Amino acid sequence: MIVEGKQKIWADYQKDIPDDHYYYVRSCIRQSFFPASEVTFLDITRNKLGKDFYENPYHTTCGGIAYHSDSIPQETAMTIIARQFALMHESGYENYVCSCITSFGCYTETLETWHEFPELEAKIRQYLWDSCKKEFAKPKYLAHSSDIIYKFRNEIAAKAKYKLVNAKTGKPLKVVEHIGCHYAKMFPSKGFGGAEYPHVLVGMIEAWGGEVVDYPERRHCCGFGFRQYFVQANRGYSMSNTYKKFESMEPYEPDLIITNCPGCPYFLDRWQYVIAEQTGKTYGKNGYGIPALTYEEVAGLVLGYNPWDLGLQMHQVAIEPLLDKMGIEYDPKAKYKGVNNKDLGTPENPVNIKLM
Amino acid sequence: MIDFGFSISKSSHIQMDDVDLKTFKKLEALNPDINTCMSCGLCTATCSAGNFTDVSFRKIILMLQRGKDKEALQKVKRCMMCGKCMMICSRGINTRNILLSITRLYNEEEK
Repeated sequence: MIVEGKQKIWADYQKDIPDDHYYYVRSCIRQSFFPASEVTFLDITRNKLGKDFYENPYHTTCGGIAYHSDSIPQETAMTIIARQFALMHESGYENYVCSCITSFGCYTETLETWHEFPELEAKIRQYLWDSCKKEFAKPKYLAHSSDIIYKFRNEIAAKAKYKLVNAKTGKPLKVVEHIGCHYAKMFPSKGFGGAEYPHVLVGMIEAWGGEVVDYPERRHCCGFGFRQYFVQANRGYSMSNTYKKFESMEPYEPDLIITNCPGCPYFLDRWQYVIAEQTGKTYGKNGYGIPALTYEEVAGLVLGYNPWDLGLQMHQVAIEPLLDKMGIEYDPKAKYKGVNNKDLGTPENPVNIKLM
Repeated sequence: MIDFGFSISKSSHIQMDDVDLKTFKKLEALNPDINTCMSCGLCTATCSAGNFTDVSFRKIILMLQRGKDKEALQKVKRCMMCGKCMMICSRGINTRNILLSITRLYNEEEK
């Protein structure tokens, strides 16, 4: 092996992330799937790391779901994105950070398309002016929010209250990492480590004390896929992909799955319930599933946030076995209590997979 | 069991470690040109029987290589032995002879 050659290839898949002053845009679906993830991200970066993150209240969805489900043409999606860039420009920021992987893919695709076809960029400028009377400037830097956590993973580890370590045995937890397809599979040079060796989540797991599980179907799709899921008759395809991944990772007995996409943690979490109801099989121990969390939720756990403030009761798979392994203290009675002790209601207990 | 209106599709995964290629090795020994096939599809495009049935020379070879012998033999039965595939093959493979060898070898195995 020629080390210099390997280093050169690896250098192509690195990103220089600015140290501070970011313009943050939220995800449409993540806020309902994982209601505390984005708040936790902003709390960690602003209050624990002291970084400047600005949110413009007028920003909207990126249009990615409508674009990928063929509801709107690419020009419409690009005009929505151009408006987002215009808001960033008006706010005086240049470093654009998005919370969603689908958005990250859409922004990257749009910038690359404009680079290759400047006449299309000019057309979109005109569309934006005609529709909103706005002008945009392209971001100097585009990052996904997991890139930011990756950059500051060691600072988070230094402030950590808990580690990804079994508190009783002292052994590192076995963690499955799964990156979203639109993070680095479309444009490998835009993600840490590219499509084949993505390091963004691996870096977090290793910095926080866990052990990465390398299983055969590690790079297989989680099963979301917009067209697979939106039509009920096609959902079997979605679930079959997820099933394939779980069958592949099962022998390694993972304690946790960590993801950086809106779709992946949702489907890796919810399909465990459907698989259990259809086949009677669960992939965790003692009738539990394997918790599938976002990187913000895992960062929040290691920093000592209250699990229920992180919204972990919103997951289908019970989180308690993981909390017990990490030695995190929690109040079981407070699981379904909201702000000011408001009762959120207790979900029905499934037959084949334990919820609590 | 809850009916969600959809279910898990059967996996098409083939575990090659479990596939017995003993008969295929015999076929290779009899017809070494079998390995020069590049699956271009000319044979399938010109196949008279292929217009009406599911016979496909390249699929048959692929199935045998993956241990799907029974499925491959079902396809071979549809062949009319007209030899058009042999005439059009860009690699000059004696396809008809291969199909005859498959019938003989794999049927012998079954006995």
